[in-house]
Amino acid sequence: MSVLDMITTLPFWVAVLRVATPLIFGTLGVLMCERAGVLNLGIEGLMVVGAFSGWFAVFHGLPLWGGVLVAALVAGAFGALHAFFTVTLALSQHVAGLGLTLLTTALSYYAYRVAFPKVNTPPTIQPFAPMDWLPIPVLQQQTPLTLLALLLVPVIGYGLYRTPAGLALRMAGESPQAVESQGISVARVRTAAIVLGSALMGVAGAFLTLAAFNAFFFNMVNGRGWVCVALVVFAGWKPGKAMLGALLFGFFDALQLRLQQADTGGLPYQLYLMLPYVLSIVALIVASRRATAPQALMKPYIPGER
Amino acid sequence: MRLEARAHISTVDLLRASSGAVIAVLAVAAALVAAAGAPIAQTFGLMWAGAFGSVFALSETLTRAIPLMLTGLAATVAFKARLFNIGAEGQLYAGAIAAVAVGGGAIEAPAPLLFALMLAAAMLAGALLLLGPALMKLWWGVDEVVSTLLMNFIVLLGVGALLDGPMKDAAAMGWPQSVALLGDLELSKLIAQTRVHTGLLWSLGAAAALWALLRFTTLGFDIRALGANARAAAFAGVPVTRTMMLVALLSGGLAGLAGAIEVAGRTGYVTLDMSPGYGYTGIVIAMLAALHPLAVVGASVLVAGVLVGADSMSRSMGVPSYLADVVVASALLAVLTASMLTRYRLRFDRARKS
Amino acid sequence: MNAPVLRMQGITKRFGDLVANDDISLALHAGEVLALLGENGAGKSTLMSILFGHYVADAGQTEVFGRPLPPGDTRAALAAGVGMVHQHFTLADNLTVLDNVMLGTEGLGGLVTRRAQALARLQAVALRSGLTVPAHARVASLSVGERQRVEILKALYRGARVLVLDEPTAVLTPQESQSLFVTLRQLVAQGMAVIFISHKLDEVMAISQRVMVLRGGRVVAEAATASTSKAELARWMVGQSVAGLQREAARPRAGTAARLQVQGLDAAGGRVHLQQVSLDIHAGEILGIAGVSGNGQGLLAEALSGVAPRTAGTVTIDGEPLRASAQDVVQQGVARVPEDRQAIGVVGDLPIWENLCAEALRTPTLSRWGWVRRAQAQAYAQRVLAAFDVRGATLQRRTRALSGGNMQKLILGRVLQRADGQAPRVIIAHQPTWGLDIGAVNFVHGRLRAARDAGAAVLLISDDLDEIELLADRIAVMCHGRLSPSRIATEWTREQLGLAMAGETEAQPHAA
Repeated sequence: MSVLDMITTLPFWVAVLRVATPLIFGTLGVLMCERAGVLNLGIEGLMVVGAFSGWFAVFHGLPLWGGVLVAALVAGAFGALHAFFTVTLALSQHVAGLGLTLLTTALSYYAYRVAFPKVNTPPTIQPFAPMDWLPIPVLQQQTPLTLLALLLVPVIGYGLYRTPAGLALRMAGESPQAVESQGISVARVRTAAIVLGSALMGVAGAFLTLAAFNAFFFNMVNGRGWVCVALVVFAGWKPGKAMLGALLFGFFDALQLRLQQADTGGLPYQLYLMLPYVLSIVALIVASRRATAPQALMKPYIPGER
Repeated sequence: MRLEARAHISTVDLLRASSGAVIAVLAVAAALVAAAGAPIAQTFGLMWAGAFGSVFALSETLTRAIPLMLTGLAATVAFKARLFNIGAEGQLYAGAIAAVAVGGGAIEAPAPLLFALMLAAAMLAGALLLLGPALMKLWWGVDEVVSTLLMNFIVLLGVGALLDGPMKDAAAMGWPQSVALLGDLELSKLIAQTRVHTGLLWSLGAAAALWALLRFTTLGFDIRALGANARAAAFAGVPVTRTMMLVALLSGGLAGLAGAIEVAGRTGYVTLDMSPGYGYTGIVIAMLAALHPLAVVGASVLVAGVLVGADSMSRSMGVPSYLADVVVASALLAVLTASMLTRYRLRFDRARKS
Repeated sequence: MNAPVLRMQGITKRFGDLVANDDISLALHAGEVLALLGENGAGKSTLMSILFGHYVADAGQTEVFGRPLPPGDTRAALAAGVGMVHQHFTLADNLTVLDNVMLGTEGLGGLVTRRAQALARLQAVALRSGLTVPAHARVASLSVGERQRVEILKALYRGARVLVLDEPTAVLTPQESQSLFVTLRQLVAQGMAVIFISHKLDEVMAISQRVMVLRGGRVVAEAATASTSKAELARWMVGQSVAGLQREAARPRAGTAARLQVQGLDAAGGRVHLQQVSLDIHAGEILGIAGVSGNGQGLLAEALSGVAPRTAGTVTIDGEPLRASAQDVVQQGVARVPEDRQAIGVVGDLPIWENLCAEALRTPTLSRWGWVRRAQAQAYAQRVLAAFDVRGATLQRRTRALSGGNMQKLILGRVLQRADGQAPRVIIAHQPTWGLDIGAVNFVHGRLRAARDAGAAVLLISDDLDEIELLADRIAVMCHGRLSPSRIATEWTREQLGLAMAGETEAQPHAA
């Protein structure tokens, strides 16, 4: 089966969208934080905590969308913690983010083991059903969360570019002095952006346990959070390009799987699995050379200091 | 809420901050233990006993501390120059695989020479792995945090491929593990009937060497100056690029050494789960030690104690050993907060422009 | 006379020991341009910062359109109709002009941003004021002149009726400056009240109706522009020469070749580029470079210090070409005293002895095979601390704990009393007494003189004319990246210096 044959089948593109969905949520989340000027390296852990808490809520009887909401709220709460560390206390954004990832991951695993001390096969739930009712073939086999992700892209684009709050957010990431000189609190704007962005990261995680799979596994996020951070740079911090980047990544991930299956004894499968990560680094290199990052990204702003 | 610089930093402030951090961490741990339905005091007691309560416990703690010391040192030297190496995990595995490649019987040489070659190969593997992201940062402005993180996944997959293929131990009945290290090359035990091995001496030696490097050499000065104030360092004549490259080699090398020492001292061969996140924990240790190489020794024993104690406690109390990871992560955040609050005060009003 | 739209009375502001504004009062009327004239540090920017709410004055009140203005409240100032165009723009480069103008004009809770209305309003404002800027262009793509127009439009968009411009032409080309004046005249004709802060006499004469001169935080003169002259303004601005009493007789040059020779030096900076700078300094001589900060002096110092790259021209020390890197330049005997001692001069977190040895650490005197010769290094550091009377210093103390004066003594000590025992051949001192108290200033001056007497060639860059007159044997003036020919210090009058600093290029020596 040639590569062309592989990519012109419907199941291929279904897979592309499925892989891309959590990346769209996650990248949009990172985008919101970084556009406001703050790096949020807690994403990997926030996806884990979103995956766990959403699934856990559903396991205990909440409807699926309730689970999604729980994931968003829990991740958002931890996002507020990150905002406290990086905005209020002006701690190193790198270290605070990594600390947050370690903390939320450990908390999730701990909670899971407390709840299920003796199981070996992870308990399952009934995940989102595919949207049979949609007339579009490639979306029919997707879950509503994918639709949500795709719809969120223009919504966030609108929010960022066409609302006063979005303008203030973008300004906070470019020139906090300009924001303060208009009497708007940079700290509040950044905190709000981080909380919202973190909620999106939580939803990305919830997708994994409530749609893509139906249980919570250890190591299930597997670096997707870091890929999102790379994708934001690749996307030039724009929502539309973020979606494209996620789809591109999904394309290569789905492709490597099919190439793997078609490879009858040549390369080790791990090399195929490597492809998405390698591509992320390549994307990072390509994008960093021409990148126009938000100018105030990673510069803590302490009001009153001129 | 906002920050305001303190005029004087008194000892009282320092003590308040440190004790605040300790209390916060203990509170988090206690809450988690209670949530698991276990008695708090007894759980903490078992953790202590499991870590430091007997010679055996201590030996287990020290065994765990050995690789942590090295990854902690790797993070220390890198962060000191503001090169954020998050790739120690991958560099460790690369070092381990390189060690087995050299010492697994493929090369004929007298044991002492082979041992030296093995360590050198491991350090080289780790160093080269970090050199890539360092150059990417230098030439193209690629943030090294993300590139080193992604490299971890790539390296682990690569090691997996090697373990399935060319370096597979055919006699291991299907488990993906590498060929074993030659017996001569294994590190001997420090205390009989325990697992603690002479790798501890290598780690302590590395800590002392890094301390001496930073304190007594011109390179050490260059590293510290660069990390503290790059502009002033450049003005004073510090060779910025060269120093950064050397830091990358040192840091990667130390992480690679950690891999080799683990193989030579504890496992004897490479498996995919030989490091439960030592690379990442090393970063926490470096921050807890405030980037002082000698303090890294203490911090790694402490963190190792938490990890070992939790494992031991978990077997009898049923409280998940992930408690240790929560404690370690909380400690990092608490220490960062405390050190910030010794230098700044939190005020609950808008800035008054006076 | 109609009532003043802006009245500031008795404004006093202190920063520690420094009195930035000392009982300043001004009144501004609609339809007039008031020029605020003074050198760097005269207090102009502080006064305007108080008006705009960035600082709170220690004494005095402000009234806008007859109503008292609450101090320290930027929003109130904006609402009262005060608009300010800062010297350093507060614009987001990556966003569009319209975005920058609109920020803060709508409530944050709004779901829809009234972009079309905002655009229409912006275009109306632009039309009325004659300022055209492409509304959808990214600010990063605009020229400096266009960016300034955006800043002005920001103020006009918010209905400013008092407009303050802080050194607006500092960053503009002559053509852009002309454009700005046309705009200002148009605005003024429509009733705008303008405060025009500048040190450029030409422009002050051209655009203002009234002039107020500040010096040392005080109002030293106030006049109708029509009734004064550039020469008079220059005199008011720089004051009487106080250095005359303490200045030594100018030293005649030794007939030998120059120690430091710079020919046709070009270097690229951010705003200002060095253009064909030529100078020479003999051994045992101090060349003072006067000029308002920001005209390229910093770049000149950096280019000669091995920090900024030189794009054209030659620099030689005793005939040998000056090398490119900082380490090499130091080795060639150049002593560098940087402008910003805290950010560039020392690594604040490191101990004092290490900063003292920083430049010499990699030389055989203080290290061998990469190993620092600690005993020698610390002994050397101790000697320097004693010889240069650095107070509050122990070898191990964090350098950032030193006061400004002592930090400067540290820096002087390490470059004047080198570890290898050699005397420095060339000394580049950039604003060496900035921010120091009298005692420290005298100390620095004494050491520079002593170094000169011992045979060094000293390049002294300062925006303090008193200092230049006190120390320099010869003086040249820097303006817009170009250096005037140097003349013996006594041949310059204050007036000529003031004019040259303000950009008047026809400074002819004439009988005083």
